[in-house]
Amino acid sequence: MIFKTAAEMATALATKEVSSVELTQAHLDRISAVDGDVKAFLHVDKDGALAQAAAVDADRASGKSVSPLAGIPLALKDVLAQKGVPTTAGSKILQGWKPPYDSTVVSKLKNAGVVILGKTNMDEFAMGSSTENSGYGPTFNPWDLTRTPGGSSGGSSAAVAAFEAPLAIGSDTGGSIRQPAALTGIVGVRPTYGAVSRYGLIAYSSSLDQAGPFGRTVLDTAMLHEIIAGHDSHDATSINAPVPAVVAAAKSGDVKGMKIGVIKQLQGEGYQKGVQTRFTESLEMLASLGAEIVEVDCPSFEYALAAYYLIAPSECSSNLARFDAMRYGLRTGDENGASAEAVMAATRDAGFGREVKRRIILGTYALSSGYYDAYYGSAQKIRTLIIQDYAKAFAQADVLVSPTAPTTAYKIGEKVDDPMAMYLGDVATIPVNLAGICGMSLPAGLADEDNLPVGFQIMAPAMQDQRLYQAGAALEAGLASKWGGTLITKAPALKGGAK
Amino acid sequence: MSTLSRDEVAKLAALARIEMTEAELVELASQFGSILDSVARVQELNLDGVKATSHPQPLENIARPDVVQPSLTPEQALSGAPAQEEQRFRVPQILGEE
Repeated sequence: MIFKTAAEMATALATKEVSSVELTQAHLDRISAVDGDVKAFLHVDKDGALAQAAAVDADRASGKSVSPLAGIPLALKDVLAQKGVPTTAGSKILQGWKPPYDSTVVSKLKNAGVVILGKTNMDEFAMGSSTENSGYGPTFNPWDLTRTPGGSSGGSSAAVAAFEAPLAIGSDTGGSIRQPAALTGIVGVRPTYGAVSRYGLIAYSSSLDQAGPFGRTVLDTAMLHEIIAGHDSHDATSINAPVPAVVAAAKSGDVKGMKIGVIKQLQGEGYQKGVQTRFTESLEMLASLGAEIVEVDCPSFEYALAAYYLIAPSECSSNLARFDAMRYGLRTGDENGASAEAVMAATRDAGFGREVKRRIILGTYALSSGYYDAYYGSAQKIRTLIIQDYAKAFAQADVLVSPTAPTTAYKIGEKVDDPMAMYLGDVATIPVNLAGICGMSLPAGLADEDNLPVGFQIMAPAMQDQRLYQAGAALEAGLASKWGGTLITKAPALKGGAK
Repeated sequence: MSTLSRDEVAKLAALARIEMTEAELVELASQFGSILDSVARVQELNLDGVKATSHPQPLENIARPDVVQPSLTPEQALSGAPAQEEQRFRVPQILGEE
């Protein structure tokens, strides 16, 4: 049962072929068996999950109407507050913190009867692309346990790829859903900025952060997307408009006459050969299904990475000021009459990891007087140019496409001492965040040189998220019929047994 | 090639309220050159007359009606406090001895 899709599990639950308690227990058993190898979870909430499952089973037995995903297990990125359950954002500064409230995403999941299995590992405060920046050690890629599952939502992507959960929630500030989805051979969507409430999402870069769904198929991902999206008065940036019909789009999967724009700047030099080959094949597949392929020019995208690594650290240096050792979280050095300022500095030294410190310092620099205009100010203007490039490109195409990441999954430790090399992995995903639009990554196959998953990225204008699912479902179906099943069904079996 | 000295990093760390060891300061200073060179690319284009975007949505301030809403109880609000006293957050000394 754990190897089925969420949609198939939902049918099995509805027809009482299986109960949610049985389904949840099967996933908890899977976690016990393989998570010693994968290390996707920071915390498994066995009792909470089984209680939620039992409640859904009782509702079903009494004939109450339940949501389509009621009783389906899910893995939750540890960046989202869940009442009474340890929530760390992968940081030592929040070790042991139990939020006194639910994030809106969690409230919506609970209301829909989704069973939250536990909290998944991530780069500390979502700053990173490999989960190696977690304060609690890295997560390992189920396709090859010596490699990273991507990041920052690497725990969530690995959990889904390892069949520890059929669905997961991540967050995407510069590619942190799409890149790990690409590296683990699953589907991940960063919804339009403002489509999913950020209330209770621990902030990294508020103008870029957005929570979103992971699944093993386009349809599963759409079903989860529909549950978590929608206006929320707790988040002033939440868009007050109907949720795009993503499930219907995933079911239609028709690209006849759809114009697909290939972004000239997001391919070629710097992209691994096997990534480029699978990307080109996917384009040919879409063309054979009736889509029209055009090339679009987005010259300012060459500056997106630089703009991002000024804007995100600047916002993070401000957002992370809240970790001041006073109201919650870690406090160290509070002895011998130490001043509040000294306690704050000692706590932030002890609680933050290297990458978080690096970004806070970079952001502090970029915002300091004398440098503000040259760095942060210029980056904000580049952001305008990127929005303008997208507007022109979307005038020529319904969706835009690129490889999701320039390479397949790299070895744990390979880039950990070279921050710039790590940052380059986000080059194709960052423009979406800067413009506040939506993007999907779905599997395009395995690279010939290393047999590791390659991601295909689809981008659509703000609040046109259904286009991602429409094009994604078409490509997924086309490739699955060629391969004789979706890519994840080709993943190597995990032996398990490690502690 | 941009550089940032060990002392400049120390000043930024103090502004950001992060105590750092000598080794951390030296390491960060050594990494900053290549990071700054890379992000300085934002200055390559002529950006005269380009408007700045701080946020993807053009938003005005949003206020809710001035009606009392449910909120955390004092116990809930204090539940994560490193130290508390008489239903308040207990903090280290803020003012000097004098």
